[in-house]
Amino acid sequence: MPKILMSGNDAIAEGALRAGCSFYAGYPITPQNELTAYMANNMQKRGGVFIQAEAEVAAINMVFGASAAGARSMTSSSSPGISLKQEGISYIAGAELPAVIVNIMRGGPGLGNIAPSQSDYFQATRSGGHGDYHCIVLAPASVQEGYDLTCLAFNLADKYRAPAIILGDGMLGQMMEPLELKNQSPKPKAKPWALTGCAGRKANVVKSFYLKEGDLEKLNLKLQKKYKEITAKEQRWEELFLDDARVVLVAYGSMARIARAAVKTLRGKGRRVGLVRPISLWPFPKKAFTRPKNKYLVVEMSYGQMLEDVQLALCGKAKVEFLGRSGGGVPSEEEIILKINKIYNG
Amino acid sequence: MDRIYSHPQSLRDVPTHYCPGCGHGLAHRLIAEAVDELSLREQVIAVAPVGCAVIAYDYWDFDCSEAAHGRALAVATGIKRVRPQNIVFTYQGDGDLAAIGTNETIHAANRGENLTVFFINNAVYGMTGGQMAPTTLLNQKTSTTPEGRNAQFQGYPLKISEMLALLPGVKYIERVSLGSAQDITKTKKAIKKAFTNQIEGVGFSLVEMLSPCPTYWGLSPCESLDWIKNIMAKEFPLGVIK
Repeated sequence: MPKILMSGNDAIAEGALRAGCSFYAGYPITPQNELTAYMANNMQKRGGVFIQAEAEVAAINMVFGASAAGARSMTSSSSPGISLKQEGISYIAGAELPAVIVNIMRGGPGLGNIAPSQSDYFQATRSGGHGDYHCIVLAPASVQEGYDLTCLAFNLADKYRAPAIILGDGMLGQMMEPLELKNQSPKPKAKPWALTGCAGRKANVVKSFYLKEGDLEKLNLKLQKKYKEITAKEQRWEELFLDDARVVLVAYGSMARIARAAVKTLRGKGRRVGLVRPISLWPFPKKAFTRPKNKYLVVEMSYGQMLEDVQLALCGKAKVEFLGRSGGGVPSEEEIILKINKIYNG
Repeated sequence: MDRIYSHPQSLRDVPTHYCPGCGHGLAHRLIAEAVDELSLREQVIAVAPVGCAVIAYDYWDFDCSEAAHGRALAVATGIKRVRPQNIVFTYQGDGDLAAIGTNETIHAANRGENLTVFFINNAVYGMTGGQMAPTTLLNQKTSTTPEGRNAQFQGYPLKISEMLALLPGVKYIERVSLGSAQDITKTKKAIKKAFTNQIEGVGFSLVEMLSPCPTYWGLSPCESLDWIKNIMAKEFPLGVIK
């Protein structure tokens, strides 16, 4: 199949359209504006609805409504905007609605800057909003994967009636790469719960409000059961050279590309180095961490967020080192190699 | 014998949680009657607010969605845009529509969304214990204005309906009252007009209902009706605003 050159932001938008997304609402924020513009250019032509919302909060609540009415719906933003959307994401989780939220992360805290960052990992994987809930979180590391994982995000959101987040960063969003527009396989589920008017059935209610004693606990137990199933079935990761590795690098998204380059360089010098690249961040791929005899090095564009999941996965049985920069700093291949050499010889 | 009056099909036959003399039960019923009379029950999708009417979906017998506080018109926009064939309305209090949701309200109106809005103005936050609302009158005592609303510190009652009427996207706004039998008849008419506008694709329509809250006005149900007529309607004059 021929390839076309596309940015990560555009590829995610195209992936969504081909996955059957028929509603998009967004608000301008850098570095994800190309995604919104792509939707503005293409959504209506393909029979869907595009709205430039008055606010991030309105955009996520429009997605709530469109999803409640049965449409595959999406919004996108970048870190400060995603903070604003947390209220809506919590309601979406509580009302068990499927929806896809794209976060092209930038530097924080506060207004931060527009450089790539991975410092929203905690927010994405630990609920983010109020209440005991989880979002399914997928982290693409290439333009192609941005396209592919977006369809998967819609399928998983529908399957589990849960919000799914595509967690990228400014580097991935802005970068252009050859993309194969593979046929998507959208698997939309029947939605008998959706609001379509009550012709021929009892009235449907979409809500997250349970005031009667015990009812909200029941909802929470139901959610926990669902999260347990997702944790068992939906862990995804890529691994490289684990069989004989002494030191295993762990990195996701754009950071994993730099980590991969370091691994290849070191392999060329005979160093037994491997890589685990989590693709699903929630559920975290604990199954990939079965070699406590290895030494691990977690590399992030943050000061150690995924690090905690790696430590939890290894239960203190392996030595876990960390290298990270944030606020626009990106650990370089040279920095990684330097750090690995220290660990390797240590 | 012909039956000329009965329980609306769109209203479940269950007791409500509203206080004695509250206007919400009445407003729910008028909307349910209008939905039945326009044969909309199987088409309608309601968006409930956060406030005293948060469980309106337990009373209406048609499809309903919740919305976070103030977000009803964003949720309704999402629903209506993907299902234009349905009749979508929001039901919101003064705090929901004119304080925490002002942004959603103004922009849905400005986009000219083909939606119907029922705005219950009782000049107070009921569910949370009678705090000052954006529509609280000057000198009105609430739990957060114990000396009465003072313009110097708390500003003035917000006339959001008049503000919205300035927007070209807004096609119909009427302020009515639930304060007397005559006014209730007018309210029902306004509700039907706001629905009919949506059916005909006219555009954004809003009916503001001045509604009694005896509990947090510190008045009896009968005194509350007088208060609407003699005091509240002076600040919020009744009639078609646009």
